[in-house]
Amino acid sequence: MNAGQQSEPDRRPGSEVRETDSGTPPGLDTHLVVERGEFRLDLRLRVAAGETVALLGPNGAGKSTALRALAGLESLSDGFVALDGRELDRVASRRGGEPGRAQWVPPERRRIGVVFQDYLLFPHLNALDNVAFGPRRQGLRRAAARARAAGWLDRVGLGDMGDRRPKQLSGGQAQRVALARALATNPALLLLDEPLAALDARTRLDTRAELHRHLTGHTGAAIVVTHDPVDALMLADRLVVIEDGRAVQEGDAESITARPRTDYVARLVGLNLYRGRAEGHRVALDGDLTLTVADPLDGPAFAAFAPSAVALFLKRPDGSPRNTWRATVSGIHRHGDNLRVQLEGPLRAAADVTPAAVAQLRLEPGQQVWAAVKASEIRAYPT
Amino acid sequence: MSTVGIRTRPRARARRRVPAALLLPALIGLAFLTLPLVGLLIRAPWTDMPARLAEPEVLAALRLSLVTATAATALSLVLGVPIAWLLARSDFPGRRVVRALITVPLVLPPVVGGVALLLVFGRNGIVGSWLDETFGITIPFTSAAVVLAMTFVSMPFLIVSVEGALRGANEGYEEAAATLGADRWTVFWRVTLPMIAPGVAAGAVLCWARALGEFGATITFAGNFPGRTQTMPLAVYLALQSDLEAAIVLSLILLTVSVVVLASLRERWTAAP
Repeated sequence: MNAGQQSEPDRRPGSEVRETDSGTPPGLDTHLVVERGEFRLDLRLRVAAGETVALLGPNGAGKSTALRALAGLESLSDGFVALDGRELDRVASRRGGEPGRAQWVPPERRRIGVVFQDYLLFPHLNALDNVAFGPRRQGLRRAAARARAAGWLDRVGLGDMGDRRPKQLSGGQAQRVALARALATNPALLLLDEPLAALDARTRLDTRAELHRHLTGHTGAAIVVTHDPVDALMLADRLVVIEDGRAVQEGDAESITARPRTDYVARLVGLNLYRGRAEGHRVALDGDLTLTVADPLDGPAFAAFAPSAVALFLKRPDGSPRNTWRATVSGIHRHGDNLRVQLEGPLRAAADVTPAAVAQLRLEPGQQVWAAVKASEIRAYPT
Repeated sequence: MSTVGIRTRPRARARRRVPAALLLPALIGLAFLTLPLVGLLIRAPWTDMPARLAEPEVLAALRLSLVTATAATALSLVLGVPIAWLLARSDFPGRRVVRALITVPLVLPPVVGGVALLLVFGRNGIVGSWLDETFGITIPFTSAAVVLAMTFVSMPFLIVSVEGALRGANEGYEEAAATLGADRWTVFWRVTLPMIAPGVAAGAVLCWARALGEFGATITFAGNFPGRTQTMPLAVYLALQSDLEAAIVLSLILLTVSVVVLASLRERWTAAP
């Protein structure tokens, strides 16, 4: 049945030599454009072999669409997909599109492994045969495919679960079988769609650490789609934040957490973020307020500070070079060991204060307070 | 979904009177449906049943019925499952028309189907004359004609059932199989078919039962030759003219087979989620 596949020895895993024409580095190079009615995904993305990139974004941002387009399960409206120098997808040039001849490789010949959000383990096969499914399609005989599958089940710590049906597996176990099944085909690109979303908090912690280990060991490129910043920060070498189908920020964990560029990212990393215009040590915000910052800067700028940097007072504080403004408490809720106070006023901000401080200030919604942030606590950076 | 169901279901259903306007017709209908079967059982010649069952004509008709109904079911599976797949999984122009055409045999009087088959596969028919001239094959009034007549009337049952199963199956599994390197045929054979197996089985049972009871198209297209085209329903009809007790015995056999089929179907339906 797989005669056609057997005649393509280059597809056999292991025999693959990662060599690409024209000296392009191995990995993924893509420009995805998918239009569905009002929605438009437009994403330029490069992922090197061995690198893990997280696509982070709110629901409906187009993360899953991007993943399906890469896997060949959704057709591109424009753009291209190239993997290890091999063109998998290219839409014939339209106005302003990428030049080149139209090309489309079906999902089964892309060498792209997918771990689906709901795993999609075949219910009629046991765990071992689920993992052996890919190797079988690559032309391995049943015994050889099962041997490879057993090896992968061992690696994900489920060596003794091979004869279990998917229904008999826990969520964490099913997740690991799905990962083993995707990796057993030795994909050049591994795609993971919300790999930890279906797990409970405790399982999630263990599985995340294990997943990180396997992603580190994976020699191909990997993309993790998630709406959870912790997953993204823990699993990926690099983050691409997408909103409304576009990449709004890109970088490693450090640069993203330190310098958010959209409200969504700021919320994710827990910072208060404002846009304004900088002149030296002063940043004039879009409202009336001007913040004094430590690092001098000129031109359009972001200003960000942590909720923990905000101090609250009943009377206007004086003395030290602080930024102060009048605010109204709009909400109070628990945040870790502290309480997070939502402030309205010229500056909408979150402030973290200790329960003792809340008691002392007798804070309650609707109350007027003075908020203060030291200049040295505010980070300003160009837009 | 289930939580909503639990919440809206009352803890203990209050006992309320059933309106007579509903109860009376329901009881009459029930009697109408069951009394004939009871009558059949009462009038059955139980004492000489074994002897009658062993009569060669009865055995021949039973054997022919089972073989042809099974062959028709096999033919329906081979041709009908691909049709169901095309209807459920591909998008081609005129798909609605195809689906409408398939349901025609469901509502068409079987006798009309038999006449139509005769016109196409008869000696002077479009296909029949070609078969006769090229291969010297004549279909009408043979066992093959019985199978064709049965397939014509029963395959739609299978197609409708399998298409429903395909539409209910999660296509995500098929996508997952594709990303693992399976081409479309392998996806169908290794993933889709095993997953819709219960639906295919239910469809095949329905199809088989319909084929077993087939009368009109068979007698029109295949005739009524004992041992060759005389299936059980035909034998029942013929026996009724001369020997009432024989007709009862034959009917009881068909009834037994139907009940067994129904029981196996029920099992399927109750086992399904």
